[in-house]
Amino acid sequence: MNLNATLFAQLVVFFILAWFTMQFVWPPIVKALDERAKKIADGLAAAERGKQDLELATKRSTESLREGKEKAAELIANAEKRAAQLIEEAKLNAKVEADRVVAGAKAEIEQEAVRAKEQLREQVAGLVITGAEQILRREINAQVHSDILATIKQDL
Amino acid sequence: MSTAGHEAAANAPTAGEYIVHHLTHWNSTGHAQKDVIDFSVINIDTMIFSVLMGVVGLFVMWRVAKSVTSGVPGRMQAAVEIVLDMVNEQAKGIVHSAESRKFVGPLALTVFIWIFLMNSMDFLPLDLLPTLWQTITGDHHAYLRIVPSADLNGTLGMSIGVLLVCVYYNIKIKGFGGWVHELFTAPFGSHPLLYPVNFAMQMIEFLAKTVSHGMRLFGNMYAGELVFMLIALMGAAWSASATGVSLFAGHIIAGSIWAIFHILIVALQAFIFMMLTLVYVGQAHEAH
Repeated sequence: MNLNATLFAQLVVFFILAWFTMQFVWPPIVKALDERAKKIADGLAAAERGKQDLELATKRSTESLREGKEKAAELIANAEKRAAQLIEEAKLNAKVEADRVVAGAKAEIEQEAVRAKEQLREQVAGLVITGAEQILRREINAQVHSDILATIKQDL
Repeated sequence: MSTAGHEAAANAPTAGEYIVHHLTHWNSTGHAQKDVIDFSVINIDTMIFSVLMGVVGLFVMWRVAKSVTSGVPGRMQAAVEIVLDMVNEQAKGIVHSAESRKFVGPLALTVFIWIFLMNSMDFLPLDLLPTLWQTITGDHHAYLRIVPSADLNGTLGMSIGVLLVCVYYNIKIKGFGGWVHELFTAPFGSHPLLYPVNFAMQMIEFLAKTVSHGMRLFGNMYAGELVFMLIALMGAAWSASATGVSLFAGHIIAGSIWAIFHILIVALQAFIFMMLTLVYVGQAHEAH
C-alpha cells in the first residue's frame, strides 16, 4: 500500500491506451454498428414497401378479374341480344319476302286469269261467230252483222 | 526484514511471512519500499502486467476493428460489439455532448476492458507466476505481484487520469473563468462570505471523488487477493491427519466458491469504475 512513481506511469499508460482506443478501435466499430443499423432499417422499410406493393397488386388483380368478368358478361349479353335481333330481322325479312312472293304469285295468277278470260273471250267469240256464221250463212250477210258482233264482243 | 525473509527461506515460511511476501511489489529498488510515499521507486511488476493487459485488450479490439464489417459479424466481432455498444449506450445516457463522447466513449471502453483484464489476473493460481519468476531468476525471494489493480498506484493513477479529464472538460465547457466562478459560488451560492466555504467544498469533492474512485477498485481487488492467500494457506497446511485433510478440502471448496464469486467482483468493479468515470465526466459538463 505504498505510493510511488508507478502512479504517474500508470497515468501516462492510461491516456496512451485511451488515445489508442479513440484513434483505432472505437471509430471503425461504431461506424460498422451505425451502418448495420441503417442496413437493417432499410431492409425493414423495403420489406414494408414490398408488402404494400403486394397488397396493391392483389387489389389490382382482383379488380381486373372483376372487370374481365363484367366485360365477358356484357359481351355475352350483347351477343345474345344481337342474335335475337338477327332472328327477328330474319323473320321479318322472310315474312316480307313471303308476302312479296305471294303478292307476285297473286298478280301472276290474276294476269293469267285475265289472259285466260281474254283467250276464253276470243274463243267464245270465235265459237259464237262460227256458230252464228253457220246459223246466218243461210240468211244473213256476214258482212252486215260483223259490226253487231264486234259490239257484243266489246261488251263481253 | 529481508534478512528475516532469507532466514525463513531455509525453513517453510510462516503464514505471516507468506502473505507479506505476496503483498510486496517487485520494484526498481530490489527490496520492499520503506516509506509510505517515495516517488523515486517504481513498481516494475505493476507496470509490466498493466501494460501487458492493456496491450492484449486493445490488440484484440484493434484486430476486430481492422476487419470490422457492417454485414454479418463473426463471434469475436459480436462480442466486442456487445461490450462497445453497452459502453456507448451508458455514455449516451450520462454524457450528453456528442462531441465529448468521441473521446469519453473510447475512454470508458478502455477503462472497462483494461480493468476487467487486470482484475482477471486474480484468476491465475496465486503462486503460479511468482514461483515461475523465482525459478527463472533463481532468487527464491523475488517479489512479484500480478494483479495491477490491487496496487494503489495503479488504481489511483487511473482515477487521477479521470480527474484530469474532468478538469479538462470543466474548462472546455464552462471556460476557465466560468469554472473558477463555479468553484467559488457553487454549491452554496454567490456571496463573498461563502466563497471560501464553496471553494473548500469543491476541493473536498474533487479529492473525495478521485480517492474513492481509485480506492474502491483497489480495496476490492486487494481484499480479494488477500482472501485467496488465506485460502491458499489452508491448503498449505495439509498433512496426513484429519485436520490436514479437512483443511485441504476446505481449500478446494472455499477456493472454488471465492473464485466463482470473484468473477462477479472482477466484472462489477470494472463496470463501476467505468460508470463512475462517465458520471464524473458528465458532471463536468453540467453547470451548477
